[in-house]
Amino acid sequence: MSIRVTIVGGGIVGASIARVLSRYENLKVHIIEKMSDVGWGVSKANTALIHGGYDDDPQKYPLRASLCVKGNRLWQKWVKDLEIPHVWSGALIIALQNEDIKHLSTLLERGIRNGVPEMRLVEKEELQALQPGIASEATGALYVPTVGQIASPRATVAIIENAVKNGVKIHLETEVQGIKVSDGEVKGIQTPRGFMESDVVINAAGLYADEISRMVGLDYFTLRPRKGEYLIYRHGIPGPTRVLFPTPTPKSKGIIVTTEVGGHLMIGPNAQDMERDEKDNLATTEEGLKEVLQGARKLWPGIPDRGVIRTFAGLRPEPPNGDFIIRAEEVWGFINVAGIRSPGLTSAPAIGYFVRDILRRDLGLKLVPKRRWYPRRRDITRIAAIPDAQRDRKIRARSEYGQVICRCNHITKGEILDAVERMKYINVKTPSIDSVKFRTGATSGECQGSFCMVRIAMLLAQEYGVPLWNVTLKGPGSELGIGDINSLRREKK
Amino acid sequence: MIYDVVVIGGGPAGLAAAIKAHEEGGKVLILEQAEYLGGILQQCIHPGFGIHYLGEDLTGPEFASLFIEKVRSLNIPYILSAHVMKIEIMLPLAKKIQLIAPKGTKDIETKAIVYTAGAREKHGFEIGITGDRVSGIYTAGEAQSLMDLYGVMPGKRVLIVGSGDVGLIMARRLSLEGARVVGVVELMPYPGGLARNLVILRDFNIPLYLSHRVLEVHGRGRVERVKMARVNSKGKTIPGTERWIECDTLLISAGLVPDVRVLESLGIRIDPSTGGPVVNEFLETTAPGVFVAGNSLVINDLVDYAVEQGERAGMQAVRYAKNGGLPSMNWIPVEKGGNVRCVIPHYINGENEVILYLRARKPVKDATLVTGKKMHKIPVVTPAEMLRVKIKKEDITRPFKVEVSP
Repeated sequence: MSIRVTIVGGGIVGASIARVLSRYENLKVHIIEKMSDVGWGVSKANTALIHGGYDDDPQKYPLRASLCVKGNRLWQKWVKDLEIPHVWSGALIIALQNEDIKHLSTLLERGIRNGVPEMRLVEKEELQALQPGIASEATGALYVPTVGQIASPRATVAIIENAVKNGVKIHLETEVQGIKVSDGEVKGIQTPRGFMESDVVINAAGLYADEISRMVGLDYFTLRPRKGEYLIYRHGIPGPTRVLFPTPTPKSKGIIVTTEVGGHLMIGPNAQDMERDEKDNLATTEEGLKEVLQGARKLWPGIPDRGVIRTFAGLRPEPPNGDFIIRAEEVWGFINVAGIRSPGLTSAPAIGYFVRDILRRDLGLKLVPKRRWYPRRRDITRIAAIPDAQRDRKIRARSEYGQVICRCNHITKGEILDAVERMKYINVKTPSIDSVKFRTGATSGECQGSFCMVRIAMLLAQEYGVPLWNVTLKGPGSELGIGDINSLRREKK
Repeated sequence: MIYDVVVIGGGPAGLAAAIKAHEEGGKVLILEQAEYLGGILQQCIHPGFGIHYLGEDLTGPEFASLFIEKVRSLNIPYILSAHVMKIEIMLPLAKKIQLIAPKGTKDIETKAIVYTAGAREKHGFEIGITGDRVSGIYTAGEAQSLMDLYGVMPGKRVLIVGSGDVGLIMARRLSLEGARVVGVVELMPYPGGLARNLVILRDFNIPLYLSHRVLEVHGRGRVERVKMARVNSKGKTIPGTERWIECDTLLISAGLVPDVRVLESLGIRIDPSTGGPVVNEFLETTAPGVFVAGNSLVINDLVDYAVEQGERAGMQAVRYAKNGGLPSMNWIPVEKGGNVRCVIPHYINGENEVILYLRARKPVKDATLVTGKKMHKIPVVTPAEMLRVKIKKEDITRPFKVEVSP
């Protein structure tokens, strides 16, 4: 008998759980996601770091402490198997004051206890050599070579594609209206597209996991959104070769300075606690961005006033006690995976395995491994990044690979058409610029799409068979136009 | 095949350069990023092109077609959808251009380059607009391409940031198609467009908010309202003057930036005041045999100037290719005096008549433009209108200073 598992939420956590569960013959795994593509919630806008695991106090936050270190190890395999863009640059946690050094020793000890390898303290002289350009006030640092960075929205896409390849079904633009429970057991999920019978419901709904939990009568936790803002700079403005952290405070890891996977200097985040009803408030603020710039300059004084090409904000779901909530609840078959704040991205693959173990241990399910499971997923070929001879072959086979649409990041029409194919593969219904952006990197360069956005929209319109004005920026409600050029004059007549 | 001149960018400056270089006997190739020649002119369906150069008032595509036809009749070769990945300077007379194009990757070798890749528009993030990232925020050029290349109406109630020419022309374009332009917001205390375009505001009854800036966008999927405020003389927001304007579209027309990333990667010196490269009067950059013209050199108000620069660069590029370089000279730096924001070229030699293009910092009435020892009376100088002056050989002094004074 197969077991029907429904995962609520197509973010990095839901995706990772789905991928791990797709290994088993007797699980029929479905993901439901209310947005029009995967990875558009908490997973979209964050620092995209694969943390070392030294920061989480195992007494206070046992889940964070153990899953972060395991997650880091797993990502090193997942980025290869799934061809997720990454750089493993290592990190320096910088001491600016004498008391910071004491704190760094505590972090080192904690890292040792958590099982973080290769960490060590670095004195001022070595620090300046390890990272030229760093603030002269820096008196020392904790060096964590295992810290990495990934392209985070692309990671969710990659994992979902692999999960779908392995039989997971995904339902986008599908919101949970209610969860049916009878005799203390989960029975299924009500959605506008019908009732989905389920034996197991895994709540990986990000910022909204508390609301989903309330649907089965569990209201013991509330999630508070915490906003973090970021700035990205144009190419040519130098960033550090390693991720720079300030010495952390109890509330956050602080404003970091890094050269992100795309090669741009990125700084952020600040940490602003929001009201419970502000889960969709992703607005950047003048004060917040100023705070980030001031904070970042303490570590990296050379950041100029000009050269910002992008600002953005992300929200993290802050659980009441600071630790992840991952457990089988007393309603049989309902598993909460909630409050996945930092280091949630790092922990995601480990959370996948942790949830599998809950199915076995707490629900007593016997999982039968598939005879054939596909561990690998190919990324869209980056034409600009491959050797000349290979590029030439690709273009000769299909001339669209020789037609650059996104000038800043050298992304071709062929890659955009590949992205559309991948969107259709996971049933993206509403064509959007963001879906292409998070699969190819198009529109994310210096011009922010002012040259290519309309052309990408035209390709989406053709491939989806809709008028250009119905193509969206980021899903329904964000259409690019209101109609054809004559629509207003027609209306007036 | 080794070309004498490869022109990068098939807009007005590039086409003019190619034609000139061909006429001077050069072996020329044009590389164009888009699927058609003509550059940004193809989306400029309004008139106003060619008044100085041709003595005729044409639309953008009409003006472009004159040059395109000439290129075709002279059989000057061009490659469309040609994206320049990299330029390598191997020797003074051997430059390699690496392309991605629909027929495959290609390395093209040339003696000289004329770089005429145009400019890009500043977007909302660059001018510090915060708030929600929603649809309905377009650069003026994006909206122009939506409307006039693809036939799409972007919105109904439009607020425009920046009173430069592109913004004003879009204000008219949107109004003509039935949209309500609820205002044009200008950071400076004076408007940024040419006088002939400022009448648009009166024609369509559009309020102009001088000394104002847009701070923040609010919306869920789409723009719902935009916050603006008055600024002081330093451009800082005056607290208490913030107010929200209801609109569904925010058009950013905050100026252009020369698109010179490929040149920067060659180590070519860039002038922060123009955003383009430092050039001598032959429009040659600090890399020998690399010439620049049009909006990659300096943001021009008029296509006529871009064409003029293109012709100059094209001619000199052939001279470079034929003679193994341009003659060594004791260059005279053009010094910026009072009220001069930028000036092109940066170096002159005193042996020829030369054309200067410059922009003032602040508006002045009954101004005197001083170039070396020479004075030119100009009734009104505004930063919006680029000044173009011909300097005779005998009026060139060493040192040579340019100044706009009341």
